Amino acid sequence: MLQHMFNAPLSTIVMIGGFLLILVGLWGMLSRQNIIKMIIGFSLIDTGIHMVMVAIGYLRGKTAPIIETGMDRMNAVNLVVDPIPSALVLTAIVIGLGVTALMLSFAIQIYQKKKTLSIDDCTELKW
Amino acid sequence: MIKRFFVVISLIILGGIFINMAVHYTEPAGLNPRLAGKYVADGLRELGAPNLVTAVVVTYRGFDTLGEVTVLFISAAGVGLLLRRREDAPGAECGRTPPSELIRTGAAFLVPIIFLLGVYIFVNGHLTPGGGFQGGAVIASGTMLIFLANPGKRLNHRAMDFLESLSGFTYVLIGIAGLIILGSMHFLDNRILGLGEFGTLFSAGAIPLIYTLIGLKVGTELSAILENLKE
Repeated sequence: MLQHMFNAPLSTIVMIGGFLLILVGLWGMLSRQNIIKMIIGFSLIDTGIHMVMVAIGYLRGKTAPIIETGMDRMNAVNLVVDPIPSALVLTAIVIGLGVTALMLSFAIQIYQKKKTLSIDDCTELKW
Repeated sequence: MIKRFFVVISLIILGGIFINMAVHYTEPAGLNPRLAGKYVADGLRELGAPNLVTAVVVTYRGFDTLGEVTVLFISAAGVGLLLRRREDAPGAECGRTPPSELIRTGAAFLVPIIFLLGVYIFVNGHLTPGGGFQGGAVIASGTMLIFLANPGKRLNHRAMDFLESLSGFTYVLIGIAGLIILGSMHFLDNRILGLGEFGTLFSAGAIPLIYTLIGLKVGTELSAILENLKE
């Protein structure tokens, strides 16, 4: 098992790391009471998803999808990794940043209204 | 107690799914010829952009990028709405220690260089790793440095709003120009301008233009978010 772990390809290692980050982030979101800590958990999930997506696009021994003038342009298909997950992650990072900023400003607003950051004191939506 | 139990149970279930996915994942031998392979092969031939990620983001999936810029704009507007500056709020500046001489001098020296780096990154988005979003983030980090050195500073909102609206508007106009010049199905096509010589700054059609507009828009939006969150 340990032997297997050490011989794992790079993409699998990055993918497992991403999965671990997602789990840690979800645990943080579910078990913490402080809103700021929940937002940090969301950011961890976000980063974990990005790592998994990049790992899926990785192909062993291939280079970044940027074609220099010296490279063989006709053979580019066999030289580069998948550009689509990279493009998706680029989009996802920007969206994640916007969502995080919006959540932080909601947290500031809650603190100004209630003078607390604990989610247990926000009982309006509780059933 | 019961809450903690449910948390552990859901984490175990999700972890089991993840372990299953990671164990059964095998790296593909090559690009998927139906989409990725097509983008790589056609992107070089049709669009003339050495950075294939840029070709996918700006042209093949240009409509998504337009939506992404819209989402960023809406979140910036939401932050501005939620953190609206109240005129009767007590001054936040009074309790702060002023920034040190080191930060003020360093910021005065570094901010123009950081802005220049941001512009360089988004202008060269079709040639090198980078692009409008990354360059915009670098510009916003320069704005952050301005705020660190000078906490009471307010940005020139008229100029920033003008720049942001102009870049967003021109971005959509370029998209519509594709519809008019190249016909339907060519919204946001970069071939409305000549492709130029492969690998030079003025090449790949409208991609440098679009990425410059995106860079300006993202930079001003992130700077506005930073200014709102600073209060």
